[in-house]
Amino acid sequence: MSVLINSSSKILCQGITGSQGTFHTEQCIEYGTSVVAGVTPGRGGKDHLGVPVFNSVKEARENLEIDVSMIFVPAKFASEAIIAAIEAEIGLIVCITEGIPVQDMIAVKAKIKDSNSKLIGPNCPGIITPEESKIGIMPGFIHKKGSVGIISRSGTLTYEAVHQTTHYGMGQSTCIGIGGDPIKGLNFIDCLELFEADPDTKGIVMVGEIGGSDEEKAATFIKDNISKPVVAYIAGVSAPPGKRMGHAGAIVTGKEGTASAKYEALNEAGVHTVESLALIGEKMNSVLK
Amino acid sequence: MNLHEYQSKQIFLESGIPVLDGGVAVSPDEAFEVAKNLSTNIWVVKAQVHAGGRGKVGGVKITKNIDEVKDLAENMLGTRLVTKQTDVKGLPINHVYIEAGTEIVAEYYFSLVIDRAKETYTFIVSSEGGMDIEAVADDTPEKIIRYSIDPSKGLSNESLRSLAKKLNFMSHLEDEFIDFAKKIYELAKKTDANLIEVNPLIIDGDNHLMALDSKIAIEDNALFRQPELYELRDPEQEDKLEEKASNNDLSYVSLDGNIACMVNGAGLAMATMDLIQIHGGRPANFLDVGGGATTERVTAAFEIILENPNVKAILVNIFGGIVRCDVIADGIINAVRSSNIAIPIIVRLEGTNVENGKLKLEESGLEIISANDLTDAAVKVVEAAGV
Repeated sequence: MSVLINSSSKILCQGITGSQGTFHTEQCIEYGTSVVAGVTPGRGGKDHLGVPVFNSVKEARENLEIDVSMIFVPAKFASEAIIAAIEAEIGLIVCITEGIPVQDMIAVKAKIKDSNSKLIGPNCPGIITPEESKIGIMPGFIHKKGSVGIISRSGTLTYEAVHQTTHYGMGQSTCIGIGGDPIKGLNFIDCLELFEADPDTKGIVMVGEIGGSDEEKAATFIKDNISKPVVAYIAGVSAPPGKRMGHAGAIVTGKEGTASAKYEALNEAGVHTVESLALIGEKMNSVLK
Repeated sequence: MNLHEYQSKQIFLESGIPVLDGGVAVSPDEAFEVAKNLSTNIWVVKAQVHAGGRGKVGGVKITKNIDEVKDLAENMLGTRLVTKQTDVKGLPINHVYIEAGTEIVAEYYFSLVIDRAKETYTFIVSSEGGMDIEAVADDTPEKIIRYSIDPSKGLSNESLRSLAKKLNFMSHLEDEFIDFAKKIYELAKKTDANLIEVNPLIIDGDNHLMALDSKIAIEDNALFRQPELYELRDPEQEDKLEEKASNNDLSYVSLDGNIACMVNGAGLAMATMDLIQIHGGRPANFLDVGGGATTERVTAAFEIILENPNVKAILVNIFGGIVRCDVIADGIINAVRSSNIAIPIIVRLEGTNVENGKLKLEESGLEIISANDLTDAAVKVVEAAGV
């Protein structure tokens, strides 16, 4: 068991013929991911990396069974690509692209609200169920099939958490990089819910960052809904308050958003917090013993 | 990317949003010329910096004597303004804005901002304008009124009407307010602004609404489709090293400690700073070399780091994922050789081909201290910096 994806998930790559799309799709195929098709407008009818390329997601969907779309389309066109995947009723959309304008993401969120699609990202490393399916840009070899579910806002910090849980022999059930953008798809709460319901996940690692209030909301959710142990690390304790332009940002977030506010909320919810990144694996190992 | 008040007001003017007459100047003489051409007998001289809180620290001066405009401009131009919203060094005043003064009947706070929790734009308004609005938000949150726009429905007239009613406007001003808010929203969408703040929005002597100040921040991710706004960028308002870094596709922020760090990934860069602090040191910077970590990027990163005279030691922390550690080690070795670095360098490598990478560093003959893990790296660099 795992969450969202497993060895039978069938993957489509939007932007498969671009340099990023080509490189990473090849890595995914090498890992064992079942990539069944690609989409690049105007390049339909050809084969690329041994899979058929279609002009649109809709066309691919009409010809093949597809569970997940992985998006490597440049930022300029990425929101259109996500919306095309939503309209083609793809169940899970994983958008790796970084630098999508926030207004475009407002439009995406308005669209996805009334659909059955789930979105991971954008600006994220993707999702992996070790030894089954890798959808994204994470280095596959550091992962090991196991019992820890990982949710993270940052790419490289996800890898650190993976590396440490592998080192202690616990391995991972599924790792989800939810991305660092202000407006994004799945958030901590959505993923916590999935891991709570997954019988193979014994413990959950949450890697957060300063800014926004997603970690505070997750803390409240954990208190009432999560029975499995959660280990959390928040990056940015040492970050100075940012230079800023006006007052609106401060009013909108209030006192939330700082690392100390997040730690306080998580501690109060009974989460096992660590102040050093280096201690995530050790902490989870002692909690699960 | 932030715009100056004088730039924002020009955009307001073009969008039919009411502003007072005024003009920008870069010299005292020019300031006087601008003042002469305004039909008023009160002049306001305003320092143009990318920060709020100017009024409290002498960045906004009022005079009834036109000859004084020159002196006020002279006193501001060429100096740096430190406000609550800047760092201790403040920002340079290279432009002043000369504006016709006006009678103020009432002051309001008004802004439209990207609200990440609501995942849309939110209006924030308050009748407590001209006050310390953040203190108002903390002490009397009920005086801050918000309205988040449902992106699938768009702006609703009724919601704006109810916003106006909560501000207790007289009826003719309700319509002016609705028109004002609509124009601001249209402008934000058109310019990819993540913030438009008018503090204060006033009722003037003729009983009309007027934007007395204006701040616009454009979202960096959208600059590719805002070429005209990008032209308005003022690099003088940005940290020199931060600018150099961004020209090299590096993300850099100067801090006041003495341990420099070079890291791949923004999250890991922040976590590395945290580790240095936990082990008793003080980070000199945040630096994300990105996923590539090529020789060119690492060399540029070393150059930027070493321009800070406070730096006593460097911590390089790389998690090699797709990029192999031996390739990263080559980049570090080449960069160190070409940059003649005289201070201790601690390197922590992890990930693909890590053993090979460590071996390369060892065999390079360079004085690079290799760290076994994150904690070891932090302890060693703090020790090397001598704190």
